[in-house]
Amino acid sequence: MNIKILGTVAAVALLAACSNQAATSTGPVSSGPVPGSQEDLVANVGDRVFFDLNKNALRSDARITLERQAAWLQKWSANNVQVAGNCDERGTQAYNIALGQRRANAARDFLVAKGVAATRITTISYGKDRPTALGSNEQAWAQNRNAITSVR
Amino acid sequence: MNSIPGPAAQGDAAITRTALPPLRFGRRSLVSAGAGLLAGGGLILPGRALGQQSAEITVDRARAEPIPIAIPNLVGVGGGDTAQLGRDMAGVISNNLARSGLFRAIDRAAFVAQGAGDVPNFANWKVIGAQALVTGKVESQGGDRVRVEFRLWDILPQTQIQGTAYTATTGNWRRIAHIISDVIYERLLGEKGYFDTRVVYIAGSGPRDRRVKRLAIMDQDGENNRFLTDGSALALSPRFHPTRDQIAYMSYVNNRPRVYTFDLGSGRQQMLGNFEGITLSPRYAPDGNNIIMAQTRGAGSEIVLIPVGGGAPRRLTDAGGGAIDVSPCFSPDGQQIVFESDRGGDQQLYVMSASGGGAKRISFGQGKYATPVWSPRGDLIAFTRITGGTFAIGVMRPDGSGERILSESFYVEGPTFAPNGRVIMFWRETAARDARGNGFTSRLVSIDITGFNERQMTTPTDASDPAWSPLPA
Repeated sequence: MNIKILGTVAAVALLAACSNQAATSTGPVSSGPVPGSQEDLVANVGDRVFFDLNKNALRSDARITLERQAAWLQKWSANNVQVAGNCDERGTQAYNIALGQRRANAARDFLVAKGVAATRITTISYGKDRPTALGSNEQAWAQNRNAITSVR
Repeated sequence: MNSIPGPAAQGDAAITRTALPPLRFGRRSLVSAGAGLLAGGGLILPGRALGQQSAEITVDRARAEPIPIAIPNLVGVGGGDTAQLGRDMAGVISNNLARSGLFRAIDRAAFVAQGAGDVPNFANWKVIGAQALVTGKVESQGGDRVRVEFRLWDILPQTQIQGTAYTATTGNWRRIAHIISDVIYERLLGEKGYFDTRVVYIAGSGPRDRRVKRLAIMDQDGENNRFLTDGSALALSPRFHPTRDQIAYMSYVNNRPRVYTFDLGSGRQQMLGNFEGITLSPRYAPDGNNIIMAQTRGAGSEIVLIPVGGGAPRRLTDAGGGAIDVSPCFSPDGQQIVFESDRGGDQQLYVMSASGGGAKRISFGQGKYATPVWSPRGDLIAFTRITGGTFAIGVMRPDGSGERILSESFYVEGPTFAPNGRVIMFWRETAARDARGNGFTSRLVSIDITGFNERQMTTPTDASDPAWSPLPA
């Protein structure tokens, strides 16, 4: 009995998935991230900026991303965000926590300069304890030197 | 008779100690129990006596021949589990002494006699090359109590160097074995041991992007491992209080990274102060009344001093210039503070007065320097050095001279001294070999300050951030 119901639910879900796919490939975008959501920020704005080794200076690519974040935050004025600074694994722990905070502050200060209220932004540093890339090579380290903005 | 203070967290730690009068034997009759082997033609000690202060750093010590010592099982008296306890205690003592690199526990297969009577037959031990012999008994005193008798003998002059009896509950057998190990170490080498100590560290588990980091504690030999926090918040950089059963560490509780004090007895923890910025890298002042740590402010971080129970902090350096000052550590006399700062461009070590003035750079070698820690002897500062793609643990004198690298690899960090300043523990990480992070490991490693006798500790999980406890007062 239960199995039958489950089977039916699965079949319906499969059908729904198929029709969804059909819809996205033909019609206008209707199943993308909810506008104003974290997914929207990630997909359409860019949730993170990257830093050079041992640096907290904003690169030109980081400024472009942060400009878009500032505009997005103006649009979604009910959204508060956390900016988290991160570092690669090639530094000592305590220093990396302070360096990650520097990076978070650099991103936060830019957003504030672009008109986002400082009260809407909190910062934190995870040092090297929350890496995105798990490898031990230059590409992984470059990805892990970042400041990540997330909706709170 | 006196009692030995113990860590409260170990429960009933009351161990009573009684000096044993020397036994009568041979024609030499009464030998003063207080006479160490250094008097008279006893053990031939390799190299220089350890306690000797020298402007030079002795590097030949650990390479010298270790002292051959025979440690037969302590004899069980009165049945029960006393024989097993006697075997286990001899095992702990042998393991301690051998791991120090300064002793060689003679293989039991070579023993002419497995046990030793009250007065040993010295010829039996001399013939197998023993310079020292440990004998003892474990006697049931009824209920849960045991009396452990221990004697240390010098084989060549046939003298008793030390005789002590300990009475305690059975559960304290391991601690008694550590205490006996310390007595042997001190009587034969002329300086205090470090075996009746613990190491607090961070236990790591899970994938690196969702790493669980728990506060953990174990005996210095890796036994009695205990996890102190549940891993729901990241835990980092624990440090021991110099006398109390308390730890200062950093926790991400409530997503607010701050320094906490953690009471080992009750498990209670308390945020230290109420700081705007992140507080990190705590360390106790030698008097145990204050904690020194860093707090982030603006683009930098500064060194602050705060009473252990909280209260008004005192700022010792100023982050106003945007420099990162972290990892402060007092000199053992409390007069100076060493810390790392990037005020000159990259991470280097600086020494300033305890009140915060007159910071002077002391590291001038190649690369960046971090995580300085002052030896309990006062004569050395250990550090992490980053040169190109290599990390190293090293020591230098407090004025920056005499730098020596002890261990070097892909990643090492965070030296901590044993309370006698003789051994350093740190952690070593291996590189991930793929994009999923496989191959990454993190292990605790101990090494003699001479750079010899490097040994990896066995821990139930990955481990980092070790901090050695002081010896119980």
